[in-house]
Amino acid sequence: MLNTTSRDTDENGSENTMDELTGAELMEIMRECSGQGEEVEAGRDPLDLSFADLGYDSLALLETASRVERTYGIQLAEEDVAAARTPRALLELVRRTAAEAA
Amino acid sequence: MTSTVITGMGVLAPTGLGAAEHWRNTVAAHCRIGRISRFEPDGYPCRNAGQIEGFVPEEHLPSRLLPQTDHMTRLALTAADWAVKDAGLDTGDLPEYAMGVVTASSAGGFEFGQRELQALWSKGPAHVSVYQSFAWFYAVNSGQISIRHGLRGPSGVLVTEQAGGLDAIAQAKRHVTDGIPLMLGGGVDGSPCPWGWVAQLTSGRISSTEAPERAYLPFDADADGHVPGEGGALFVMESAQSARARGASVYGEIAGYAATFDPPPGSGRPPTLGRAVELALEQAKLSAAEVDVVFADGAGTPELDRRESAMLRDLFGPYGVPVTVPKSLTGRLGAGGAALDLATALLAMRHGTIPPTANVRPAPEHELDLVVRPRKTAVSTALVLARGHGGFNAAMVIRKPAGPEGKGGPC
Amino acid sequence: MSRRVVITGIGVVAPGATGVKAFWELLTAGRTATRRISFFDPAPFRSQVAAECDFDPLAEGLSPQQARRMDRSAQLAVVSARECLRDSGLDLESFDPSRTGVVVGSAVGCTTGLEEEYVVVSDGGRRWLVDDEYAVPHLFGYLVPSSIPSEVAWEIGAEGPVSLVSTGCTSGLDSVGRAVELLREGSADIMVAGATDAPISPITLACFDAIRATTPRNDEPATASRPFDASRNGFVLGEGSAMFVLEEYEHARRRGAHMYAEVTGFASRSNAFHMTGLRPDGTEMAEAIVTAMDQSRITPADIDYVNAHGSGTLQNDRHETAAFKRSLGEDAYRVPVSGIKSMIGHSLGAIGSLEIAACALAVEHDVVPPTANLHQPDPVCDLDYVPLTAREGRFDTVLTVGSGFGGFQSAMVLRRPERSAR
Repeated sequence: MLNTTSRDTDENGSENTMDELTGAELMEIMRECSGQGEEVEAGRDPLDLSFADLGYDSLALLETASRVERTYGIQLAEEDVAAARTPRALLELVRRTAAEAA
Repeated sequence: MTSTVITGMGVLAPTGLGAAEHWRNTVAAHCRIGRISRFEPDGYPCRNAGQIEGFVPEEHLPSRLLPQTDHMTRLALTAADWAVKDAGLDTGDLPEYAMGVVTASSAGGFEFGQRELQALWSKGPAHVSVYQSFAWFYAVNSGQISIRHGLRGPSGVLVTEQAGGLDAIAQAKRHVTDGIPLMLGGGVDGSPCPWGWVAQLTSGRISSTEAPERAYLPFDADADGHVPGEGGALFVMESAQSARARGASVYGEIAGYAATFDPPPGSGRPPTLGRAVELALEQAKLSAAEVDVVFADGAGTPELDRRESAMLRDLFGPYGVPVTVPKSLTGRLGAGGAALDLATALLAMRHGTIPPTANVRPAPEHELDLVVRPRKTAVSTALVLARGHGGFNAAMVIRKPAGPEGKGGPC
Repeated sequence: MSRRVVITGIGVVAPGATGVKAFWELLTAGRTATRRISFFDPAPFRSQVAAECDFDPLAEGLSPQQARRMDRSAQLAVVSARECLRDSGLDLESFDPSRTGVVVGSAVGCTTGLEEEYVVVSDGGRRWLVDDEYAVPHLFGYLVPSSIPSEVAWEIGAEGPVSLVSTGCTSGLDSVGRAVELLREGSADIMVAGATDAPISPITLACFDAIRATTPRNDEPATASRPFDASRNGFVLGEGSAMFVLEEYEHARRRGAHMYAEVTGFASRSNAFHMTGLRPDGTEMAEAIVTAMDQSRITPADIDYVNAHGSGTLQNDRHETAAFKRSLGEDAYRVPVSGIKSMIGHSLGAIGSLEIAACALAVEHDVVPPTANLHQPDPVCDLDYVPLTAREGRFDTVLTVGSGFGGFQSAMVLRRPERSAR
């Protein structure tokens, strides 16, 4: 039978908690899921650049969203993930979803 | 009919990263078969493979391609880059639809596939990568190469087990004959993972000999199977006129090719590799006597070796043509093996040297002139043979380019 | 004069229909064969619908050894190959094996068998170092899917060129295209060619779930596949096989064979754009269509029917509509276009051959199948998609197209043989 749990646990079996996700962590998850994004000009915050400008396609966004869902045990609305254009929009979606779930 | 020539090659094999290193190690008979290092092979009855050492994907490919590619696709993308560069092409500069790519595959990106199967069955569907939908499937290398180089011409993917390298090159040649200016073709394969390894073992053809240099001995009395390996070669192909027009130097011409299929075991009908050779020679308008060297399939199992040597005796006479199996250094590279042999054959023409079959003492019963030490001799015409599990046979004849544009001159 | 190639035999195993007759009845009745997945419990998956074949290998005449040895994809191929051979009237004893070849298309080969065996050797996914003790002897044939054309070639006694074509979801067009090329150049006189896939397994479901390619319309399985409809939200995974006897024209004429259609044009182009994404303007598919029309020496005005790829994903149906307009111009609005995936789902590599079968039968019977479940077309999809009901007419020249992961775009033109005589 297939296992149906969708949530990751760390080595101690404990689940991660929501307030840990920062913008820097989100960018790191993206890098792990889909590789290093494009160089960002000095003075610009990558969180506010579009995924396209960062070199991430729709698959990169889906992979990142899936990792975040598993890590934090939340379920992001598919339409909202698809509508997110920047890492900050995704970050806000994650925080909002977690707050609603809490 | 216009002739199709090869103007670029990208080689990635256990014997070397790049054609030059591959050729040096091949002529020096440096055997690159060794104990599997990609996973712990202790628990398995066969533990040797031909592995590529020193390939660091980050040095060759952009970061964003890495999470979405299996190991063998990274090798293929790198080989494609090298082939294009070797041909002196700028793929950013091609007319629309002017170039396509045909690759051979055998098991797709299997290591990636095993990882995702494990994620699915141990953790659940939500853990399966978005890249699984194409990282495993057989078409992945042609797709990724076409994207990386903007190749919008006809593309394809063929699977004929280990005959695939030649079949893909022949399919690419067909497109050149039909008027597509440039094609990439060939095969790069192999990602030894435990799941793929266990599946390989069930073929019954993998050697369980412990000593690496004794594990793959085609045409030797001690032959007891082969060793799987990774790597292969990709080629840039174009019409002779196109090569001339852009001043490209030419490795060689693909003069003839044919594929045949063996009847099923127990049918009582004879095998058909010999007919593939005859058809390929006929297409090349050559007689058997004009062939300077045969790159044999060299299965490394007694029965298959006997069949191949019987065919060579029939067509060329006992000891009638120099025969070599340089893949004795690398193992058999799945869909990449025959493509690597073609690269080695082109390099043999260029250097006037037949590379050796390593570690083998030819069994007298085969009556083959098996080249076991490098042999200096002019090579103008070479025959490359490949057989795939299940009955696939392919034969390709290549010819040294005439005239000054060839990479065939002394170097 | 170049050699011409005709289809002289057809064999089909499709969802809801084993055999050509049942297949054509299903399509022309506009019936759907999509349902909640029954092969395993689909509850853990986002998409839980599929178009499954009710297929029993032993009842279809395979021996117990064949059924054991072959993955379901190979079983489907062998059974449809037998039917096409029977249909062609070719006598197995009378044709030259060396002039007979096989091409089978398949996107994912023996993935289902590989997954089932993986679960066994990995102790349900718990071991990376899987256990070779539990490996079945035919596992190597699953690993390398050229075992499928081997089985077909052994079945019919072919000893000419044999291969598997695996170009994702265009495999079933490209395999027949390759067979046509081999016949034209003279490498064979008879080719048994087509495609098969049996991908309804957990790993394939999961990988399409991950990219939201398949539909989550689990509460309405029978109407879940909705190409060109405004409410479409992904494709429905399917399975099946179609195989053909393709013959050099003179060879077929000499033996008085029935000719369904001539394959007059085939071309494939790559979008070189994205492994799963499509360029919205359909440029490369349009180029493939134009090339296939040029080979057939026809213009858009000659096209009587287009069998669409029509997968029912948001991007595909727009992409394809754009490609038709770009390649056919004003005629795109005149010509009937329909998508049979609305009824039999998307069987990945197999579907291209199933669609060729539908085209050949449309020429034969002068009826084109409808697009089922099309009630409210997407405003961007503004062509005549033959909604809901089959249409009678004169269909001499038909076009079928395919589009696949990896960027492959293929097009094929078939014509009534007497029309294409030149």
